[in-house]
Amino acid sequence: MKRNGIFFWVGAAVFLIAIALMTKLITNEYPFFAGYVILQFIVLAVAWSILGGHAGYVNFGTSAFFGMGVYTAVFLFKVAGAPLLVQIAAAAAVGALMGFALGLLTLRMQGIFFSIATIALTIVIETSITNWRYVGGAAGIQLQRPPVTWPFSGYVQMLFFVQAVLVVLAVVVSRYIQNSWIGRGLQALRDDELAAECTGVPTLRLKVLACVVSGALMCAAGAPAAMYLQYADPSSAFNLNYSVSTLAMSLIGGTAHWAGPIVGAILLGTTQQLLTVTISSEVNVLVLGVMLVLFVVAAPEGLIGLLRRIRRHRREGKQ
Amino acid sequence: MFSFELLLDAVVLGVLLGCFYAAVSLGLSVAFGLLDVPHVAHPAFLVLASYAVYVLNEFYGIDPLLAGLLITPFLFVFGLAAYRLYYETFEKRGSDAGVRGIAFFFGIAFIIEVLIILQFGVDQRSVTATYIGKAWRIGDMRIPYRLVVAFAVATLLTTLLALYLSKTFMGRAIRAVAQDQEALRLMGANPIRIKQWAFGIATAVLGIAGALLIIVAPVDPTLDRAYIGRTFCVVVMAGLGSMTGTLVAAIILGVAESIVLTLFGASWAPAISFAMLLGVLAVRPQGLFGRRS
Amino acid sequence: MTPPDTSAPLLQISGLTKRFGGFTALDNVSVDIRPGERFGLIGPNGSGKTTLINCISGAFRTEARTVVFRGEDITQLPAHVRTRRGIARSFQIPRPFKSMTVVENLMVALDFAVATDPLVSAAHRHDTAMSILAGMGLASKADASATTLSQVELRKMELARAMATRPKLLISDEAMAGLSSSEVDEVLDLLMSLADQDITVIMIEHIMQAVMRFSQRVMCLDAGKIIAIGAPNEVMANQRVQEAYLGT
Repeated sequence: MKRNGIFFWVGAAVFLIAIALMTKLITNEYPFFAGYVILQFIVLAVAWSILGGHAGYVNFGTSAFFGMGVYTAVFLFKVAGAPLLVQIAAAAAVGALMGFALGLLTLRMQGIFFSIATIALTIVIETSITNWRYVGGAAGIQLQRPPVTWPFSGYVQMLFFVQAVLVVLAVVVSRYIQNSWIGRGLQALRDDELAAECTGVPTLRLKVLACVVSGALMCAAGAPAAMYLQYADPSSAFNLNYSVSTLAMSLIGGTAHWAGPIVGAILLGTTQQLLTVTISSEVNVLVLGVMLVLFVVAAPEGLIGLLRRIRRHRREGKQ
Repeated sequence: MFSFELLLDAVVLGVLLGCFYAAVSLGLSVAFGLLDVPHVAHPAFLVLASYAVYVLNEFYGIDPLLAGLLITPFLFVFGLAAYRLYYETFEKRGSDAGVRGIAFFFGIAFIIEVLIILQFGVDQRSVTATYIGKAWRIGDMRIPYRLVVAFAVATLLTTLLALYLSKTFMGRAIRAVAQDQEALRLMGANPIRIKQWAFGIATAVLGIAGALLIIVAPVDPTLDRAYIGRTFCVVVMAGLGSMTGTLVAAIILGVAESIVLTLFGASWAPAISFAMLLGVLAVRPQGLFGRRS
Repeated sequence: MTPPDTSAPLLQISGLTKRFGGFTALDNVSVDIRPGERFGLIGPNGSGKTTLINCISGAFRTEARTVVFRGEDITQLPAHVRTRRGIARSFQIPRPFKSMTVVENLMVALDFAVATDPLVSAAHRHDTAMSILAGMGLASKADASATTLSQVELRKMELARAMATRPKLLISDEAMAGLSSSEVDEVLDLLMSLADQDITVIMIEHIMQAVMRFSQRVMCLDAGKIIAIGAPNEVMANQRVQEAYLGT
């Protein structure tokens, strides 16, 4: 246990240092541009799994949180020219609030009802933003990046690094939840909510907590996207593709371990980047959908589950 | 800006629209309302049926309603197969079927969407028939024939399905399986076979429903997203599995959409069904005519 | 510890009515359960037995002061708080945490239901769970997945999980349904031994022999009303009870 912990923290530190070095050493912007998207999906998938994996509530509303992150940033930038970190912090607060509301919904709806409600939430919020002229309405809004601050050489490099910090933050939180009483409580309520409640698990409180944490991280992950694209419009910021991608990445990676969504996001994120560049973004969504269905049918525990099963077989083989 | 005539107009159109919404929701009312299958891909199946109707109409000149009827048997078989797959992979295995079942149908919906885009592109498609494009005038009111046709066919379809479920042996068995699977098993019936049959029926009615969808307005590949809201709103508001409830709920939705459209404009339209759905889920999850223990 | 005061009831149900729509599941039910009592609850299917336990354990909410536990009105408390106050239950159809092993199932109870002393280590709690399992004869299954258990083992695990919450009142909802007669005896002996540990037990059961052997007092519900309450023999002899059961 202890040694695991040291490895984890050293790994996280090495990761951040490597990212920082990259921003110094590589001058071409493209790797950062592509890498940013993958990092963003890692945050989304890890955050999604906190609720979807541990608690078993399937949130189709990733795009609602992501989009609200984008628009929180847009609004603050337009109204006060707020710096990036303020945009992200505010987005996290907005996401936490949305998560709180979502958590209360779990009091009345479970399973498919909850999932449908999250789609509903997405469309309702998207429509409201579409009708809000100040942030650009349906046509969207152009944003001018402010000059980049030291020590970064370019704005995209800075966004890349910031998103990497969010990755570490999300993974730390998710790992903590998995290993603590919170994770055990969520696992119990995922298996059987009534039985968990009757075993002393404060199910509502835990669900709200999971929603708040998950929502805050998703919203925070969306905030830098405004500056990344220098443009925002409701139909792309709230695109359901974010929901299905995140869902697919989490389930394909496997939600039983905090590393699963990371593996899924890197794998699918990279594939997506390649497919979008080489073929088309439609084919990329097709591949995503097919992989999701295949995994859900054939490998319900995801890659992490497959790995565990192989390892168990091998151990049994040795004995 | 706002007048009584306008409102009356909106209500009449809303009722017609509502009956159409009932027709596209019937399948879901059976699949989700009675069988508890988390069928998020229902609207995608619907749009797929519309494209099939489009092909038959565009390339073979077949009337859209007839085309809808022609594809019905294929949809039925497709439904049988789809349920079998769902049953074998999820219901049978039991544990954690919820999460994966929902993800499964969500994935299927996206696959259908993309396949349609790859085949037909993202442009809107429509059908031609004598009753499309003309309108019926009563005083100042202008009612498009396509809505009248949709209204008539939808009402007929709803009535037929309601009769099927209440009068025939198989229909009663389907209702029974929704109430108590175990009791049915004890009576010697195979609940899985009945559910499979019911899912076949639920998919088969999409033939006509899909025809109506493309008669009422042009379709595009991502139209299913809007109909996730509409169909689930109707089915949940109706109270799961009630056919009369489906009709009433659909009319309420149709009228609400039509009025909001008149008062606030089209840009708010997508949110109405979803907002109503959220409201119903939060306030009265058992629906207006609920079956619920 | 002071000896239990036999005059003060552990659980007081008074004027409890529960309606679902137009259907009255419980109709003005009042009963006191004494500390340490072995209480049998019988009645035909649909008579309101499970509804009654749902009202006691908190799955259903009821009106204020209809359920009083150890002198405290618990009607406004959510189920998990009631569990922490000392009300545990098993389910008619076992509800294990399927993704966990048997011992992990118990650990949930130890993690959440028992006031945690920060000095008590996870290892210590694991030991506690193991000793409860040993008491139930399930020690060998501790690391098995809950999904691999047989019916009788599932029943025992549910009782063990309930016991891990350190209850003062244990409600057993048809823990013997579907078991063979030797298994029924096993579970019955277990419940008896719990009652010896100063735990009050409410047992819902259809198997009359088990109820008769176990209970000090029996209550019979029919259509949401109490139709008889008293010593097991008296209740069995009661004409209305026989009618309710034999369905004349």
